Amino acid sequence: MMMMLPTQFQDHRHVWVYIELEESQVNPVSIELLGEGRKLADKLGAQLAGVVMGPPKGGGGGPALEEAFAYGADLVYLVESQLLTNYRNEPYTKALTDLVTIHKPEILLLGATTLGRDLAGSVATSLKTGLTADCTELNIDSDGSLAATRPTFGGSLLCTIYTLSSRPQMATVRPRVMSMPERQTKPVGRIIRHELTMVEEEIATKVIGFLADNRSDRPDLAKADVVVGCGLGIGAAINLKHVGALARTIGGEMGCTRPLVQKGWASSFRQIGQTGVTIRPKLYIAAGISGAVQHRVGAEGADLIIAINNDPHAPIFDFAHVGVVADAHRLLPALTKAFSRL
Amino acid sequence: MHIVVCIKQVPDSTQIRVHPVTNTIMRQGVPTIINPYDLFALEEALRLRDLFALEEARWLRDPSRGKVTVVTMGPPMAAQALRKALTYGADRAVLVTDRRFAGSDTLATSFALSCAIAKIGERFGPPDIIFTGKQTIDGDTAQVGPGIAKCLNIQQLTYIKRVTRIDHLRRSIDVERCLEGGTQFIESKMPCLITMLDGLNTIRRGSIDESLRAARSSILTWGVADLGVRDVDKFGLKGSPTVVKRVFAPAPRAQKSVQLGTANKTVRHVADELVAWISSHQPKLADGPLSKPGA
Ligand SMILES: Cc1cc2nc3c(=O)[nH]c(=O)nc-3n(C[C@H](O)[C@H](O)[C@H](O)COP(=O)(O)OP(=O)(O)OC[C@H]3O[C@@H](n4cnc5c(N)ncnc54)[C@H](O)[C@@H]3O)c2cc1C
Ligand SMILES: Cc1cc2nc3c(=O)[nH]c(=O)nc-3n(C[C@H](O)[C@H](O)[C@H](O)COP(=O)(O)OP(=O)(O)OC[C@H]3O[C@@H](n4cnc5c(N)ncnc54)[C@H](O)[C@@H]3O)c2cc1C
Repeated sequence: MMMMLPTQFQDHRHVWVYIELEESQVNPVSIELLGEGRKLADKLGAQLAGVVMGPPKGGGGGPALEEAFAYGADLVYLVESQLLTNYRNEPYTKALTDLVTIHKPEILLLGATTLGRDLAGSVATSLKTGLTADCTELNIDSDGSLAATRPTFGGSLLCTIYTLSSRPQMATVRPRVMSMPERQTKPVGRIIRHELTMVEEEIATKVIGFLADNRSDRPDLAKADVVVGCGLGIGAAINLKHVGALARTIGGEMGCTRPLVQKGWASSFRQIGQTGVTIRPKLYIAAGISGAVQHRVGAEGADLIIAINNDPHAPIFDFAHVGVVADAHRLLPALTKAFSRL
Repeated sequence: MHIVVCIKQVPDSTQIRVHPVTNTIMRQGVPTIINPYDLFALEEALRLRDLFALEEARWLRDPSRGKVTVVTMGPPMAAQALRKALTYGADRAVLVTDRRFAGSDTLATSFALSCAIAKIGERFGPPDIIFTGKQTIDGDTAQVGPGIAKCLNIQQLTYIKRVTRIDHLRRSIDVERCLEGGTQFIESKMPCLITMLDGLNTIRRGSIDESLRAARSSILTWGVADLGVRDVDKFGLKGSPTVVKRVFAPAPRAQKSVQLGTANKTVRHVADELVAWISSHQPKLADGPLSKPGA
């Protein structure tokens, strides 16, 4: 597919990653994207830039800059303004759209988080450019364009999408889909500051409060190193206690399939899959789960998948590393005991 | 109060099958449904309309002013989805259909829908709130809501759990928004676009009256020519910067899984075998996460 890019796009050169901040901490998805962005920039012979936006930090721009450089950015675009204290769509969209219009990146990547999706949709529409959602693979094609691959039809197929007629080529990527790059000790790179030309009166939205979730009823599955998941094969809600016991014994979080959420056996924060959380633990034990594609796409990034199912033909055995044909009701308590003996 | 709800007709993906040999989607005979997420948006819109009608009836004795208009862009058969929405209690329905809309990506879709909403505004009064679902179950991008808001240049409020207050005089609206770490309380201005979160309400069962009305109602049908846009290259395939180049099946894992546990072993035996396997194959795991169990 050779296609000459219209000449007005030829000054679009570099790869940008939007660096998402949570209370001035860098969201890990942005670091995963810096790792991915670095590879793309190297293939293009281009530079990698981070975009940091937030309230003024009194000079340095805060730890986000250090992180951006440590994970491979050559330069950082920094927009600091009191108006950027809490995320609000209007000032963030204005700041990012202006930056892109002035500095013309070739590729712009954002995390597919609540913030990232809110921002990416507005920015892409403002710029009248293409945006590919929830990519699982990013590559540079032989003609230099971005090949963005994403699951379709609930993960049963993949499709590769290109943005041909406009720039930048934008894509979002879900947390934990790309692997975490190595941190480097690298001298600080170039910082380019940009002023936000907007006043509070132009912004219709006010954040009037925030109520943090109770940590205990909102597990952070996406960040867990060990996850014990269960599906309808556990039979009844009462059997969740065996799953919980194993998870506690091995220091993991409990996850589940969608039907368990629909039955009200587990909270939706525990649902793994296409319409739930993507996990990337070191160990995933899946008990009584058939392995439907919608579940698989959220779980297959695990380093080691152990599946327990009493049906030797269950599709989960197609992507598990270790399969155990057994009755989960009996094996789970036995496993809890076996691990306790370690 | 005038509320517009965007709904999309989608294949019922619980019934989609992939052809085992050709790896293509077998769409034949797959029933279509209203995108399930859009029903949460529709219900919130109907609830607000009814609440408003009560208020109006009390103050102005005019319960007629709240209206919900549903709109969809799709092939002619998408009229079914609109008809269904009318049976739930929507007041009027608009089908945006034209072959020149085919192949739209989210930018072209947002543009077409925003033109249709602008026209709905001219015909029936400007909307105060536009609702979309959080995302669809087929394209699944969650980009169309923000796209429409930007095309219409109004506020977007994404991932909204509920609308808690509307002040008609000040044209302000309070909403609860779901973030990764908790709930954000936001005050904004109308008109605005809300993408509605799932699971916090249930679509009502329409009354018999509504079913009868739905069967009688006519659905407005608009094509490209009705939207009053000169530059038709902004629609459909031509107006879509993204291009799907390739559709393919995920590669199967090269290695088959290791099978442990056979019928004649006790569970204790199988459990020990599994733990031993982990320790020998993934020593880092046994020394790392698994060696420091939680409380
Ligand atoms: C649009 C859409 C989005 C979806 N998103 C998600 C999602 O994000 N996450 C998700 O998980 N699902 C999702 N689903 C649902 C998905 O398609 C499957 O229906 C679901 O994952 C199946 O859950 P399950 O494995 O628990 O149940 P089942 O498919 O019923 O499997 C139960 C398994 O347990 C085994 N079993 C039975 N008894 C025992 C026993 N005693 N011991 C051991 N094994 C036993 C059975 O052999 C079977 O394999 C989605 C569906 C749709 C349409
Ligand atoms: C497999 C697949 C992958 C795709 N990937 C991309 C991609 O990465 N980038 C891209 O730009 N396009 C993509 N598209 C095209 C995109 O799906 C279409 O543009 C579609 O018209 C709208 O996008 P969506 O289904 O993702 O809607 P979403 O943005 O997920 O929908 C959000 C809400 O917008 C409203 N809405 C959406 N469509 C309509 C409609 N036609 N009529 C009325 N209301 C509507 C509904 O309320 C819905 O809940 C893809 C399509 C497919 C089939």
